[in-house]
Amino acid sequence: MKKFEKLSSRVVPLPIENIDTDQIIPARFLKATTREGFGNNLFRDWRYDSNDQPKADFVMNNPTYQGKILVAGKNFGCGSSREHAAWAIQDFGFDVVVSSFFADIFKGNALNNGVLPITVSEEFLEKIFDQIFAKPDAEIEVDLEAQTIRIVATDDQYEFEINPYKKSCLINGYDDIDFILSHKAEIEIFEQQR
Amino acid sequence: MGKTLVEKIWDAHVVKSQEGFPDMIYIDTHLIHEVTSPQAFDGLRKRGLPVFRPTQTVATADHNVPTLDQHLPIKEELSRYQVDMLSKNCKEFGIELYGLGHPYQGIVHVIGPELGITQPGKTMVCGDSHTSTHGAFGAIAFGIGTSQVEQVFATQCLLQQKPKTMKIEVNGELGKGVGAKDIILYIISKISAAGGTGYFVEYAGSAIRALSMEGRMTICNMSIEMGARGGLIAPDQTTFDYVEGREFAPKGAEWEKSLAYWKTLYSDDDATFDAVLTYDAAAIQPMITYGTNPGMGIGVTEQIPTTISQPDSEKPSFQKALDYMGFHDGEQVLGKPVDYVFIGSCTNSRIEDLRQVAAFVQGKQKASNVEVWIVPGSKQVEAQAKLEGIDKIFEEAGFMLREPGCSACLGMNEDKIPAGKYCISTSNRNFEGRQGPNARTLLVSPLTAAAAAVTGKIVDVRELV
Repeated sequence: MKKFEKLSSRVVPLPIENIDTDQIIPARFLKATTREGFGNNLFRDWRYDSNDQPKADFVMNNPTYQGKILVAGKNFGCGSSREHAAWAIQDFGFDVVVSSFFADIFKGNALNNGVLPITVSEEFLEKIFDQIFAKPDAEIEVDLEAQTIRIVATDDQYEFEINPYKKSCLINGYDDIDFILSHKAEIEIFEQQR
Repeated sequence: MGKTLVEKIWDAHVVKSQEGFPDMIYIDTHLIHEVTSPQAFDGLRKRGLPVFRPTQTVATADHNVPTLDQHLPIKEELSRYQVDMLSKNCKEFGIELYGLGHPYQGIVHVIGPELGITQPGKTMVCGDSHTSTHGAFGAIAFGIGTSQVEQVFATQCLLQQKPKTMKIEVNGELGKGVGAKDIILYIISKISAAGGTGYFVEYAGSAIRALSMEGRMTICNMSIEMGARGGLIAPDQTTFDYVEGREFAPKGAEWEKSLAYWKTLYSDDDATFDAVLTYDAAAIQPMITYGTNPGMGIGVTEQIPTTISQPDSEKPSFQKALDYMGFHDGEQVLGKPVDYVFIGSCTNSRIEDLRQVAAFVQGKQKASNVEVWIVPGSKQVEAQAKLEGIDKIFEEAGFMLREPGCSACLGMNEDKIPAGKYCISTSNRNFEGRQGPNARTLLVSPLTAAAAAVTGKIVDVRELV
């Protein structure tokens, strides 16, 4: 898994609530049997019209907004368990998603792929949106070790929570299978004792 | 202090618990399907690992299959390749597959229970968020991503944070024409599409106890639509009667031993939940959704809420949803014509659903303005429906019973609702484009869907039963 430590980037703002994984990657694109290439269809039906032409009013088609950080409204990633949503976000080039609330399964899927989901307060989320809409090239700085996210121009900073185990996985680039396999003997003992 | 049902099952499956780490829990049963498994099998190949306990995984093809002419090769190339890939992977890794053509094939959350694979006290996972369905038996069952599918393949374990617990009690008697689907749509409309996030929900109360196993599955199925990864109901005689005698249910002395254990699976009187909610069954009317998440639901005779009544931060999303649906503030949905009726999905495609629909439509005719798709949840449901003559009742009414699969629930296979059309649907999600790009979904119970099929519009089914 890709390692994550620090990132400073511009952001793409998506101030919509309850963005479900069917929006992130519609089911008709889940026919692929590999993990690659889903970025082309990220937010497909918001990005393109029925003739596959880019919709000018969608933020990802507006060159004013770009970067490796996606900032979205609360309850991001609700709905289906499709990990393709995390793959699409990563494949498109996002390393961090910021929201005031994440759906459980999406959050786990993101972490398992080296995409960092950062939960901030409603107020801090508003501050980011305000800053970006006032100054689209504003930078956001993320420091995983320190568990901080900072709006560089205003120096507003937020300390976010992350499970210490998942944090070390991201920093070191290892995944759950590596960890569980190192305890295989305990699994076999558990099976025998049932 | 006593334990909740979730805690009892969870604690019995903890292989390792360590400060600062998620619990390592043992998974009894793993269900897989064609869409979320190929990358996990690939992962195993890359790591050079076998499936650790292949007999604890069962596979079927459901999401990406046609529901007509299943005896013929799948027409669409990518779909055919994906379904073939499942067969190839199951063969290579020694996993039992109930694929197309097999008498046990069907929607993964329909076949688990009907085969007796789903049992009280188990831990069950599947790369599908509606795995919560199996919680109806008093099991810990939840959806996982593909990386976790690979973990379970490789280790039969998952690293998982112990969930918070919520109890939702529904007491009293349901009115006529009101069923399990209405209960769960009502609950979600009260607590929102995010209200259960971080929790496993235990459903309790006299109205839940009175439900059949199939009704209980409908309730638990939609737990994820309020953000709860799992939902469960303590097993009781209804549960034991359902499980007994099924293909993979314990038999003989094993049955007695299992039963004795299952009878210990309930939340202790002095157990504490992190949250408790209580609702009155008599207050629930037939429900319908008007927006683009399952929390946007109302009683069928109620009016769509107004944008101005929403909290400021939610106004833009609310307005976006109404625009997508072609609805207005304060509008009544009753009487609106619909274009499609879909009766199926892991929420409502079981034999009781089909029986209820058949009993309602018998002697009536399909409305001329609607297209009606009725899709059984499994080959066994299909066979039972035919045995009971339900297929004939549908034919006489102008409908057709299709072949099993997820069908129009998710806009992935051939069954898609055209852009702009209204589909009254017994499925579980009304997200934008869920049933096809720009399709508009209205979630309802099988009875309300049946009423729309014969009237061509949204009606209050209580006036027709």
